[in-house]
Amino acid sequence: MFEIAGIREIVKPENLAYRKSDLLTENVMSYCPGCGHGTVHRILAEVIDELGLQSDTIGVSPVGCSVLMYNYIDVDIQQAAHGRAPAVATAIKRLLPEKFVFTYQGDGDLAAIGTAETIHACNRGENILMLFINNGIYGMTGGQMAPTTLVGMKSSTSPAGRIAKTMGSPLKMTDIVATLPGTYYVTRQSVHTPANVRKTKKAIRKAVQYQKLDRGTCFIEIVSNCPSGWKMTPVQSNKWMEETMFPVYPLGDLKTPEE
Amino acid sequence: MTEEIIIAGFGGQGVLSMGKIMAYSAVMQDMEVSWMPSYGPEMRGGTANVTVILSDESISSPIVRHFDTAIILNQQSLDKFESSIKPGGVLIYDTNGITRHPERKDITVYRVNATDAAVKMNNVKIFNMIVLGGFIKVKPIIKLENVIRGLKKSLPERNHSLIPLNEKALIRGEEIITEVQRAE
Amino acid sequence: MEKELRLMKGNEAVAEAAIRAGADGYFGYPITPQSEILEYLMEANPEETTGMIVLQAESEVAAINMVYGGAGCGKKVLTSSSSPGISLKQEGISYIAGAELPCLIVNVVRGGPGLGTIQPAQSDYFQSVKGGGHGDYKMIVLAPASVQEMADFVDLGFELAFKYRTPVMMLSDGAIGQMMEKVYLSPQKKRMTTFPDWATTGKKATRPRNIITSLDLESNGQEIFIQKLQDKYNLIKEQEVRYQEFQTEDAEYLLVAYGTSARVCQKSVQIARAQGLRVGLLRPITLFPFPSKRINELADHLKGILSVEMSAGQMVEDVLLSVNGKVPVRHYGRNGGIITTPEEVVENLKSIFIEA
Repeated sequence: MFEIAGIREIVKPENLAYRKSDLLTENVMSYCPGCGHGTVHRILAEVIDELGLQSDTIGVSPVGCSVLMYNYIDVDIQQAAHGRAPAVATAIKRLLPEKFVFTYQGDGDLAAIGTAETIHACNRGENILMLFINNGIYGMTGGQMAPTTLVGMKSSTSPAGRIAKTMGSPLKMTDIVATLPGTYYVTRQSVHTPANVRKTKKAIRKAVQYQKLDRGTCFIEIVSNCPSGWKMTPVQSNKWMEETMFPVYPLGDLKTPEE
Repeated sequence: MTEEIIIAGFGGQGVLSMGKIMAYSAVMQDMEVSWMPSYGPEMRGGTANVTVILSDESISSPIVRHFDTAIILNQQSLDKFESSIKPGGVLIYDTNGITRHPERKDITVYRVNATDAAVKMNNVKIFNMIVLGGFIKVKPIIKLENVIRGLKKSLPERNHSLIPLNEKALIRGEEIITEVQRAE
Repeated sequence: MEKELRLMKGNEAVAEAAIRAGADGYFGYPITPQSEILEYLMEANPEETTGMIVLQAESEVAAINMVYGGAGCGKKVLTSSSSPGISLKQEGISYIAGAELPCLIVNVVRGGPGLGTIQPAQSDYFQSVKGGGHGDYKMIVLAPASVQEMADFVDLGFELAFKYRTPVMMLSDGAIGQMMEKVYLSPQKKRMTTFPDWATTGKKATRPRNIITSLDLESNGQEIFIQKLQDKYNLIKEQEVRYQEFQTEDAEYLLVAYGTSARVCQKSVQIARAQGLRVGLLRPITLFPFPSKRINELADHLKGILSVEMSAGQMVEDVLLSVNGKVPVRHYGRNGGIITTPEEVVENLKSIFIEA
């Protein structure tokens, strides 16, 4: 590896402005430039670290772009079959009720193949945190239509754009689970601006703390981008997300505990 | 000694539970038992049957083609199982609702009119215990006292108050069972 | 401690034995003819006594993935179902094998394909021993032939599952599941308080994080892993073959049958012997690993082998492979939920090998 000249003079503790959480590993993330996954990983790792929960955390990773989450966050992680993370997490939490248990899933995993597991884990009020990254597309397999793909949005399996009549309309899973008595805290956030990152982190922190109360499922949707799948630059994708995704998936709390 | 028994009738007549009580009673006598039901949709109103094997030695096949004793409680079961009784075997049946009576001459046929008896005792639920009483009279393999012990073991505590009534039914069955004498 | 005598259905025996084995969790979904397992556990409510979790899942798919999650925590977990439900679980079983997780899966087999019948069958042999899910995996398959064994194989299943980090299947059928027999139940075992070092129980500062996965995107790594699995299966083949023989010493004809069919064939041996035919029975207790070596040895002195199954002929292929052409091997079986009778077996043995 080459070294940037003079870098040792700069990298000193007194010059530190920002550093990654200790709970993020040294592994280089496989996410595309501009993708929201890395940011969500970071704030999740920060919350676990700040609350001192590393030894009490068990995560469940999905099938999708974040399948390798276990390479990046330094906590015990089970990698679940496609869509089954809520079932896997159900058993983990039931058998280790003192632990903090979370799932991390994309829209294909959570809202298509895993719809039953999602609804039923929320309906039983499993005392887990479900993180739902919604970018309206299957990223890992190369940009196919997802249940959350917007009407008219092009993908490799909706090349002329999604047609509601034949392909269905965007499935608002977060709205659905918010109606279930089993959910305790349901919110929709994003990580495309520093302000939104802070809000999302606050939401995650709340959800982690709620788990100690044993009141039910906490469900956080993070509307995110997929520059590669959407065939846009990161900047374009964030702008498009704001203009096109947010009207369909408006940010904000859908269900908050009565405190 | 091995006794291979088929009990068959309508679902709801207590066919399976009669077999169960038989099996429990035999366990009380340290015998080996197997209880193999027909199960499924048939259980709901159709025909039900159960194979019970009582033995002094370990039981090989719980499924048998021929029976030492057939306890038959409806016409369909009579039609189905009369031919499955071993030569020299026993057929016990309730004549209630029977239009075609047993025809085989190489078996001993007993009648136990348990339906009538149960009605007279004002409790149709004890029908199967009257039949069982008949069985233990003609095939004294299990003793009445062990049937009572078996009931105590198998019934939940809250139902133990019903045991005296069941005992009466068993005794009634012993009293009313009669061999059917048939002209050669 | 003395064993407790009970008269129970095979399904009830599995449930009670699971509690007594110190199981941590059961995850199931109703399907005939095995719903008594879930019903018994719900009624027994072991969470109050041993702390065992019992959960009715939304599907067989969810149930097997709950087993994955529980097993990944190093817990003793099981599920049960019957054939169509076991088909749904195959994805999860493949992942469990791929992630090397210990667990017990009970299949109370009914006839198929499709919705088939709710009556007993042995037509899931291939699915169980040849790998019902995708990939190069095996699981240990135990075939109980009595209610007693349905209870005993719960404990044995867990022991083998943890010894080899592998899923274990108890391949029963609707007849043994629904049948009542005497069963001697083992005393209550305590639930485990220590867990394997690979389990996800929360990363301690003293160890690297534990990852439960079956994924390896790097082909060389995946090939090494698959070879490691095969080494494990070969070790299982060497160490865990179980079978039972009846009157094989002087036998000229051998019946090979497992589970309910083996019970039937035990009586067939008696009937045949009474007719002067020297017939014996070999009952495989483990279907994987299969007692191939012993069948091959016996074949040296045999005139013919009849494989008896409640199927169209599945295990017969493993019998054929075992004897490798030494003696004629034929299949006799009934289908669709019909259990063959001892007499039928003898009649077919005679017509196939003697009268022919």
